[in-house]
Amino acid sequence: MKTVVNIRVNGVEQKHEVEPRTLLVHFLRDCCRLTGTHVGCETSICGACTVLFEGKAVKSCTLLAVQADGSEVTTIEGLAGDGRLHPVQEGFWERHGLQCGYCTPGMIMMAVQLLERNPKPTREEISHAIEGNLCRCTGYSHIIDAIEYAARKIAEVKK
Amino acid sequence: MSAAKGYFGKPMKRVEDPRLIKGIATYVDDITLPGMLHAAVLRSPYAHARINNIKADAAKASPGVVGVFTGADVNDKCGLVPCASPMPDSKIPKHTVLASDRVYFVGHPVAVVVAVDRYAARDALDFVEVDYDPLPVVSDPEKALEKDSPLTHPEFRTNVAFTWSVANGGLDAAFKRAHRVIKQRMIHQRLTPMAIEPRGCVASWHAGEGTLTLYTSTQIPHLVRTLLPGMISVPENRIRIVAPEVGGAFGSKLNLYAEEALCSHLAQRLGAPVKWIESRRENAAATIHGRDQIGEYEVAVKKDGTLLAIKSKTLADIGAYCQLNTPAIPTLTGLMLTGCYKCKAMRMDVVGVYTHKMATDAYRGAGRPEATYVIERLMDIIADELKLDPVKVRLKNFPKPTEFPFDTLTGLTYDSGNYQGALKKAQQISNWNKLTKQRDAARKSGKLFGIGLSTYVEICALGPSKMMSAGGWEWGCVRIEMSGKVTVITGATPHGQGQETSFAQIAADKLGVPIEDIVVMRGDTAVAHYGRDTYGSRATVIGGAAILMCIDKIIAKARKLAAHLLDTKEKSVEFRDGKFSAKGKPKKALTWKQLAPEAYVAKNIPQNWEPGLEASSFFEPPNCTYPFGTHIVAVEVDRDTGEVKIVKYVTVDDCGHQVNPLLVEGQLQGGIAHSIGQALFERTVYDENGQLLTGEFMDYAMPRAKDIPEYLMDSTVTPSPSNPMGIKGVGEAGTIGATPAIANAVMDALSPLGIRHLDLPLTPEKIWRAIAPVKVK
Repeated sequence: MKTVVNIRVNGVEQKHEVEPRTLLVHFLRDCCRLTGTHVGCETSICGACTVLFEGKAVKSCTLLAVQADGSEVTTIEGLAGDGRLHPVQEGFWERHGLQCGYCTPGMIMMAVQLLERNPKPTREEISHAIEGNLCRCTGYSHIIDAIEYAARKIAEVKK
Repeated sequence: MSAAKGYFGKPMKRVEDPRLIKGIATYVDDITLPGMLHAAVLRSPYAHARINNIKADAAKASPGVVGVFTGADVNDKCGLVPCASPMPDSKIPKHTVLASDRVYFVGHPVAVVVAVDRYAARDALDFVEVDYDPLPVVSDPEKALEKDSPLTHPEFRTNVAFTWSVANGGLDAAFKRAHRVIKQRMIHQRLTPMAIEPRGCVASWHAGEGTLTLYTSTQIPHLVRTLLPGMISVPENRIRIVAPEVGGAFGSKLNLYAEEALCSHLAQRLGAPVKWIESRRENAAATIHGRDQIGEYEVAVKKDGTLLAIKSKTLADIGAYCQLNTPAIPTLTGLMLTGCYKCKAMRMDVVGVYTHKMATDAYRGAGRPEATYVIERLMDIIADELKLDPVKVRLKNFPKPTEFPFDTLTGLTYDSGNYQGALKKAQQISNWNKLTKQRDAARKSGKLFGIGLSTYVEICALGPSKMMSAGGWEWGCVRIEMSGKVTVITGATPHGQGQETSFAQIAADKLGVPIEDIVVMRGDTAVAHYGRDTYGSRATVIGGAAILMCIDKIIAKARKLAAHLLDTKEKSVEFRDGKFSAKGKPKKALTWKQLAPEAYVAKNIPQNWEPGLEASSFFEPPNCTYPFGTHIVAVEVDRDTGEVKIVKYVTVDDCGHQVNPLLVEGQLQGGIAHSIGQALFERTVYDENGQLLTGEFMDYAMPRAKDIPEYLMDSTVTPSPSNPMGIKGVGEAGTIGATPAIANAVMDALSPLGIRHLDLPLTPEKIWRAIAPVKVK
């Protein structure tokens, strides 16, 4: 038995017929073909699948697509506007905040939420905010640098 | 190579990043092929059991299922998982892709379901009925050597997988001469690599051409291409392996795994592409583990701290079978056991032991972290026992900078080094005197404060082919396209290390072209025809040198063409800043963009000049490289909770010239994070029944952002004479150098309590139990 799920993903209506048990991450990856959202553990620990669901960072591997029916979801692919990188993306590039890149989309989405809630986080606050996102390559230090860079950049733009 | 041109030596941001930060890169699970089927693997829940019977009818009838296959269906068509590095006395079990009559570790593949989608495949796994008879289990390597131990492979009548020794110098004489003999047992706990992207592959069989394409999350597409024919009977020249974007590996994808052969076989058998993506639980249970040695160590020293000899008996718990390099890993421990110290005699005897656990193999550092941990812990223990300063003990035993190349007792030749220089600089940066005063003050106020250091050396960029099982060279190819754009192709397989950037830097300087004109291709055997891939911190050193060789050949060839076009003699053609000109006539210079069309249109070329501007090269290194450095760590241990807080972290690492210091820093910080995990949190735990207790991120404690200290990082530069750029590998140095520094700091903090040694990981619980006023069992 399948059911129709309608989610506005990155501003585009995505209507697909899925099994009710389909995870949001598989809806995004398999139905919408937005494969920037990754699966690292399927148990909401690693955070590679983090997306913005109604503006909140959630782990899309433990949310059903039907739970997101009628809602707004932003994925990594929806972050850069008009061909310009989001300041957080830019920070990750400038500060070598990624190596293999697998955790990166989730890490970036988490950082976007952090900076929306706390535009001037300390390094400790950044560490705390990304505790639910695992990275095995960078050792986190450059990720924290990247998010600090983004915070400064956003502040400059607002001036 | 001079840094004058501007790219080499600059901390440039990476050219590979835009696709990764936009989420538009292609990892293996992002690949969808027409008609693609999905495989799911049923794995043993038992560490050791006889399989009496497998009933697959219900699974076959499950919706969407295309086929269910067991060992009986595939093992006669799909060869054995290979081991490329057996020791002379190795006993290698016949490790089939699916279990036949017996399973011998939790996670052992038993059956595979192929279905139209991943949900249907996983559903059907539950309908496969396996009738197991559990058998006795041994999960402790010391028990595995006892007479009445259960056997991992009964056909061998022993759990001894192999033995290996390295020895040199007069050991007995050295121990007789010693003022003091110090003994210590150390356990190197088993670790799980845990790349965030699990393994996975998509196999596609092209029946018309009789060719196979395998997309796989691997570090070694070229080695897979060489080895896979031994398993699936498709010849090497009909196999294309693609390592797309690979989401971390750390040695865990330096292998040919059963699932890669199985999917390749099933794609042929079913006439449809087959995808398999590992779950996290599967990754924890059935992707290789690392470390897992138990050693008894003995050092002979003079009372002034001079190291005379070191010996060790080591058990390497290699798990249930041999993956590609399983037996070779502990040999690297032996080769590096004397660290960066002079020594008169050494001996290490390794016994590889089979137990009912997942196989071990190369995990970041691969045998060398064990060596640095041992020798650097011993240096501190020696200092402690002889009441000497740990810094002075190290300085006393270092070879002088003038003694390089330095021959070790284990038959290696350290290429270059200045261990004193790195130590001195690290002490300066750490403000050593102030730091020791801070420790004294903290201790006076009752705090547990410790300082630890590690002066490490490691072997990497392996190496000359004579010391490798299948070639230690690297291949590269450079082509100046007709447009003047440059294509660089490498046989190395970067998966996060950033060689698309660093190789472009190298090539841009050498060719004198803007870096934007260069594209670096890798990871696809149809493009990078040959290679030895990425492991052992080798890609930049050996792969980079191969690129330079190609460019030298192209410049030499282009010089002839330029002489012809400039109407001058070849020897009077000068090449500077990407331009060829006749001596004294710099204004009439030809750029690559002008030369390239001439080279390909080929209407106006010298006689007997072969058209085109392309060259390929194999670089064979004369030696490995030996990066080194000093890490200084200060910690505070919470008396009430046993928690360790790193309050200072200083590193001075020397990897020779740095192509891109930003990437070097990234590699070091990433490597140190693995060490923080190893030193403080991580341990792969099996219980006495061989059940894996750390099968998830929830149970396996990897460092998170809050566990990372602020670093003070610097470097010294001692160029390597083993390659034209004077560089050394850096991918594993952090992991090799950092662990003992952290451990030494914690043990220093605990030393006022009379605690000499605790095995890793130094978890709050372990420390708390050691310091609790009342021992709690």
